[in-house]
Amino acid sequence: MREWLIQNYPEWPILWKVVLPVVTIGIFFTCLLLCVAYLSLLERKVIGYMQVRIGPNRVGPFGLGQPIADVLKLFFKEIIFPKASNFYLFIVAPILAVAPALAVWAVVPLGEKWVFADINIGLLYILTMSSLGVYGILIAGWASNSKYALLATLRSAAQVVSYEIAMGFALVGVVMAANSLNLREIIQAQSGSILHWYMVPLFPLLIVYWISAVAETNRAPFDVVEGESEIVAGHHVEYSGTVFAAFFLAEYANMILVSSVASILFLGGWLSPFQGIPVLETWFQDVPGLIWLVIKICGFLLLFLWFRATFPRFRYDQIMRLGWKVLIPITLIWIFVVGGLQVWKVGPWFT
Amino acid sequence: MEINIEKILFYGFSTILLGSATAVIFSRNSVRAVLFLVLAFFACAGLWLLQQAEFLAITLVLVYVGAVMVLFLFVIMMLDINVATKEARLVRYFPLGILIAALIVSQIIWILWKGGSWVGIQGDMNPGESNVSAIGKLLYTDYIYPFELAGIILLVAIVAAISLAFRGRRRGTRGQKIKEQIAVRSQDRVTLVSLKPTIRKDL
Repeated sequence: MREWLIQNYPEWPILWKVVLPVVTIGIFFTCLLLCVAYLSLLERKVIGYMQVRIGPNRVGPFGLGQPIADVLKLFFKEIIFPKASNFYLFIVAPILAVAPALAVWAVVPLGEKWVFADINIGLLYILTMSSLGVYGILIAGWASNSKYALLATLRSAAQVVSYEIAMGFALVGVVMAANSLNLREIIQAQSGSILHWYMVPLFPLLIVYWISAVAETNRAPFDVVEGESEIVAGHHVEYSGTVFAAFFLAEYANMILVSSVASILFLGGWLSPFQGIPVLETWFQDVPGLIWLVIKICGFLLLFLWFRATFPRFRYDQIMRLGWKVLIPITLIWIFVVGGLQVWKVGPWFT
Repeated sequence: MEINIEKILFYGFSTILLGSATAVIFSRNSVRAVLFLVLAFFACAGLWLLQQAEFLAITLVLVYVGAVMVLFLFVIMMLDINVATKEARLVRYFPLGILIAALIVSQIIWILWKGGSWVGIQGDMNPGESNVSAIGKLLYTDYIYPFELAGIILLVAIVAAISLAFRGRRRGTRGQKIKEQIAVRSQDRVTLVSLKPTIRKDL
């Protein structure tokens, strides 16, 4: 597309420098918003079936119109600003929650050439942007001037900072194995067969990454930030309507993000699982990489919902103990193991 | 003067940086001051990005904005700081602040003023090499001792901070014993008793 524009309209550089990226980003965000909307429906449906209920089934066939109805409802609700709140920060908080959740997608490769910015420090960028999401929660909790919201803020700050360390160390293992911070190169380093994927040599890191990813996105069983049984809804008690929808959007976009990062780093991203298997490889060679990636992402997303339907919420001190005393030591040990594998060139991953 | 997008960005980021840094000092609300400091870090990262030091820029945001400032906010939000006392401290520590600022500025001038003329920081970087590997090589070869020393100082600081805050478990407090909690069996907690049904006569 870009080449075609450059060839046919060389006198209009603005066309392929500005218009094309803006249009593609627009299309991508629309898809992402749809994914978020239907992820919320999927969540309600899946948890419903797990608890032997049907879930939403009134709006449209199989309840497929439910997310649309929810979005419309949220948009037409009145936004209430508490009198004692800090008005500017109250408005800024949802923006700070959404902006990093969307900006982080710039470096996520969805296919061999499907990436907005193929930068050398892609992984660091992702880690940075996902650590910025906590500001939305922090500022929301403080600006609301409510005790519940402030409690959620304190919990969230401690939790996110602790689990970021475990997550960062898990990613260090991947970086050591792939010798690169570029996500495309990390995926290409895993090509060969399903055994080349980093989930095999880095299995403990995958587990640690996934647990800390669930904690980072504040999902069950680590959702003490929301804790509806004790602090009613945490940082967004005072938010309603569209500004509440912003927090919701950020949370679900982050869920999709950590799922795709997990599939990219540990499950070979867009690579086919049948690579290197004689007959099956030729059968499935026409399947586009995006399909494989989407299947892997959906698998991780289902894990989120499964956790939520299965586990009771952690107590706050248990969360801290798990993060600092269990996950971080595991990653530290496994980093040494990866170093050893690297030194002795244990194949097929470290040759 | 030629105007291009880089210059606009440079002056834009510089203005934000200076403005927010000033606001950090003069804002009366400490939470707002911390948020302005975050903005200052962002503007600084933007300036570094313009210098094509993308690794440093991202690390600045990751470490300072993503972790250090979050902890700052964590602490400050729990404090109830009186506005007036903050003002008083600002005036009291003003000379010290100026002294430190002068030290840093003279250090920068000393580094840039080499051989009687202004020079930029020179480094031999291959054009094709990425920022990350260039910094990595430099840190782990030429500057390995200062780098390790900085790491050890940080480690000592961590140990010192923990040992200051942790006073050991006092006797008589009922802390959790994780091992016992995990090792508990249902027989320890629940006793099943079979009761014979009794029928009250008076009903």
